[in-house]
Amino acid sequence: MIVLFGVFLLSLMVITALAIVRTHHLFVAVILTGIFSLLMAANFFLLDAADVALTEAAIGAGISTVLFLGALALTGEHERANTSNRLLALSVVAVTTLLVIYATFDKPRFGDPLAPVHQHVAPWYLDKTAEAIDIPNVVTAVLGSFRGYDTLGEVFVVFTAGIGVLFLFGARPSYSSGAARTNTTDPGQGLRHYLIPRVVGRLLIPFIFLFGLYVQFHGDYGPGGGFQAGAIIAAAVILYALLEGEEQALRVLPHKLLIGLMAGGALLYGGVGVAALLLGGNFLDYSVLAADPIVGQHIGILLIEAGVGITVTGVLISVFHAFAGRRRY
Amino acid sequence: MELLGLYHYWVFAVLLMIGFYAVIAKSNLIKKLIGLSIFQSAVFLLYITMGKVEGGTAPIIQAGVENPVFSNPLPQVLILTAIVVGISTTALGLGIVVRIKEEYGSIEESDIQEIDRR
Repeated sequence: MIVLFGVFLLSLMVITALAIVRTHHLFVAVILTGIFSLLMAANFFLLDAADVALTEAAIGAGISTVLFLGALALTGEHERANTSNRLLALSVVAVTTLLVIYATFDKPRFGDPLAPVHQHVAPWYLDKTAEAIDIPNVVTAVLGSFRGYDTLGEVFVVFTAGIGVLFLFGARPSYSSGAARTNTTDPGQGLRHYLIPRVVGRLLIPFIFLFGLYVQFHGDYGPGGGFQAGAIIAAAVILYALLEGEEQALRVLPHKLLIGLMAGGALLYGGVGVAALLLGGNFLDYSVLAADPIVGQHIGILLIEAGVGITVTGVLISVFHAFAGRRRY
Repeated sequence: MELLGLYHYWVFAVLLMIGFYAVIAKSNLIKKLIGLSIFQSAVFLLYITMGKVEGGTAPIIQAGVENPVFSNPLPQVLILTAIVVGISTTALGLGIVVRIKEEYGSIEESDIQEIDRR
């Protein structure tokens, strides 16, 4: 049954991807990308990756679609048909596909517990999580504590990308004099005049927030954590901005606060590391944060997950505002 | 089960190359970015597929379960963070595309190259 479902999902993904590349209507392509992500999330769930499925559903199907649509509103929806070097590209792609498929016959059997990937550090993580960190979700334990350096790096990449978008949109177009056209719809209005999205949205937003907070703080025990929670909370704020208009959303969460969130989360994460240093441990070694090393680990993971969540929320909302608030030139 | 595994890897190869085709053959910059995100998703699929253990469950320790079999948590951690980093870099790419549109008036690669040649 699972096999059948897996094959079905994978086949649907290939069909969707082909449709995305073939269509010349970019709006259609972006919506299909959202569907593609949702299928991918379902497939991740089948492969036992609950945390990853949650992230892919929140980011791929939710936020990424909104960002692409925001960019499309500024650049136009139609792609010109262009077939200059199509044959060359097709032959390169076909040859490479065959090579990669040929290589797959040498891969270890699917689900083989003796495959090399399961022999290195993974069993150690699974063994030691219970005694060293004592939280049920091994993914969170590895992410927050065992490989805390990696995650710190990722948070700073997210932060840097957010700063990069703000810098890019800080520049004014060079020919803005007189040529400026405003958006066809007033950006301050949102969907305020559409009754059904408004009523449904108002009903949903508090629950999305609540779910985001649950995912944030329950990440030690079940699927979830800062990355997913940040994306979900950002989605709630973006939905609010779509319904009530940009201006209103910025009144609730002003630019300055958003920039503070972006930097504050990353600083909180780094600060926990420095605090561990000052208390006599290694950088990001949470065991010294409390008298009992396991309690220290719990405090450390809670704090750094909060830092991750705050930065991701701040960056995603700021990026959304950067695209949505841009006038069309 | 074995066939499903091979099928996963084949789908990985096909998706990877569909994304790559969009990047090299399409002239529209937004389409290239969409292709890049399909390419990226294919790599995610490869990692998560390799982490699966037959008869395993999500790596969340439950009390009272004797000899549990867990799928590999490490690829999941890597891909979880990679998805969030992926959307951030995609947003940066989209920002650059919007700026190109503002300066060049087009997001078709051929137009941009022509303007640059002048």
